[in-house]
Amino acid sequence: MATEASMAVRAGRGARGIGGFVVVTALTFLGLLAITFFIGRVVPIDPVLSVVGDRATQAQYDAARIAMGLDRPLLVQFFDYVWSVMQGDLGRSISTNRPVADDLLRVFPATLEMATLGIFFGVVLGVPAGVWAATRRGEWVDQVMRVFALLGYSVPAFWLGLVGLAVFYAGLGWVAGPGRLDIFYEGLVPARTNVMLIDAALAGDWDVFWNALSHLLLPASILGFFSLAFIARMTRSFMLDQLGQEFITTARVKGVPEWRVIWVHGFKPIRVPLITVIGLSYAALLEGSVMIETVFSWPGIGNYLTTALLNADMNAVLGATLVIGSVFILINKISDVLYRVLDPRSKA
Amino acid sequence: MSTRDWLLDDSPATLTQANLGRAWRMFTALMRNPLAVAGFLIILLLLATALFAPWIAPESPVGQNLQARLLPPTAEHWMGTDELGRDIFSRVVYGSRITLMIVALVAVISAPLGLIIGAVAGYFGGWVDRILMGLTDVFLSLPKLILALAFVAALGPGIENAIIAIAITAWPAYARIARAETLTFRNAEYIQAVRLVGGSHSRIIFRHVLPLCTSSMIVRVTLDMAGIILTAAGLGFLGLGAQPPLPEWGAMISRGRTFILDQWWVATMPGFAIILVSLGFCFLGDGLRDVLDPKQGGEK
Repeated sequence: MATEASMAVRAGRGARGIGGFVVVTALTFLGLLAITFFIGRVVPIDPVLSVVGDRATQAQYDAARIAMGLDRPLLVQFFDYVWSVMQGDLGRSISTNRPVADDLLRVFPATLEMATLGIFFGVVLGVPAGVWAATRRGEWVDQVMRVFALLGYSVPAFWLGLVGLAVFYAGLGWVAGPGRLDIFYEGLVPARTNVMLIDAALAGDWDVFWNALSHLLLPASILGFFSLAFIARMTRSFMLDQLGQEFITTARVKGVPEWRVIWVHGFKPIRVPLITVIGLSYAALLEGSVMIETVFSWPGIGNYLTTALLNADMNAVLGATLVIGSVFILINKISDVLYRVLDPRSKA
Repeated sequence: MSTRDWLLDDSPATLTQANLGRAWRMFTALMRNPLAVAGFLIILLLLATALFAPWIAPESPVGQNLQARLLPPTAEHWMGTDELGRDIFSRVVYGSRITLMIVALVAVISAPLGLIIGAVAGYFGGWVDRILMGLTDVFLSLPKLILALAFVAALGPGIENAIIAIAITAWPAYARIARAETLTFRNAEYIQAVRLVGGSHSRIIFRHVLPLCTSSMIVRVTLDMAGIILTAAGLGFLGLGAQPPLPEWGAMISRGRTFILDQWWVATMPGFAIILVSLGFCFLGDGLRDVLDPKQGGEK
């Protein structure tokens, strides 16, 4: 999770040319590919052995080695890997026996659905909370918010998920349990987008819609809690910077109402850095969803990744890592670009 | 002259006295911050628990007692017992040793690694800088947990591999800081003076550049501790970190997952330990930052 210090670094980076930006982004992707390649082909002591097993004869072993292309120089293997990834070929999963790319396309919307609702909670609650804490600096509201934000850095997501299930599902019965739908609602609506809420709405089946929402509510709000903590803390910090400026004092002296001073004069300038923060938390949510999905048996990319891990399904692990990493990089770069487009100072 | 006066002497006679004086001033400044004191006490508690685990824990962390399975918290087992009748409190106490070991090893591996890479990049500049920082940026732009998961998948599950994987994901942030710090005093006159009297590059980096980076590094490492603990617990929870019967907190929560609806204490109790220790590091890190690095706090 990014800290305030790295945010300052990010915010301080001046406008770079579009060409330089494309090159940097491309290099970052290449770096990501280098890392997954390194993890997949270099770190394991013997990738051939993990395919043929230790009872294979020498001839079988050699044949597998050549078939996997491991007899060629490492650099050739790497470019081969980059080439196949660019064509959308991530290899075959040994547990589902399907191409990893197809699997990922199928599971990704579920993760997106949860993370999007999570960031919605985070922004809707976190931004006002941060502004409130900034205007009541040092008072109890601020202290409570500070402890709350630090809790966001200290509570394990999977633990909060389990406690949430025990309290709100088993204890109070307010929400539905693990999974995306109750078993008797499965398969009632055609999977057009694989985003359950949208699919149900498209089919006009509101029973399925409410059931899906009831399943989604708890994991999404737990996920949202973590982005809430981060967003509130950053909003407070940005807002404090603004409220200490002279134009705020001027506005107050002129008799501008306090709500206007805060929400117009103070809040307007921080919208742009906030977009970067929200982008970063959205990316962080995709990461956090790995744990939450495992706890809630949510059939998204995180669950796919952990299932693959336990089955030592390396193609699936690396494919999921690659996709999450790419989305991460992409969101980072997009928020960088947005920052530059929206900040009037960079238009000089 | 009392010890305190000796420590606060404005014209220290020796290097040791100056260093001790500085440390004392920092310590008193830290002790004026209530959250930092709380954090400091929590870390002390963790250290004491880990050190005296056999005397604190009423029972063995691995001894089974199948007649006392899944007992709710009582006076005798005040955190209850797990599915093999083991006292959860005793396991949490012994678990502090594992957490402390993971945190210490990750810090010992990743902080010096990041420090050296960053200092070398900042000191030499040019191509060395571009290559090293390019590498750092790629690592920084990837999600840490996912990267650690992928590394453990390749290395195989186990506590040593979990530590290596977390260390691999932790160093880039330190390299960035060390580089930034190095850049600010690379051309300072005292560095040029050392160069003039014939100090080698490695002597300059190790004796004159690195010591100046340590204070911001300590702040950052302390702040990162919570994240490291959470990642380690997460790996344990997924069955990729510490293996049973080791009483690792994340792995304990994972065992309790099956019983969460009826025997809630099995999974929840170790979680409180994780939260307490992580909060302790957060509090202490926040306080340290205010003392050592006031310009970074943003709290004015």
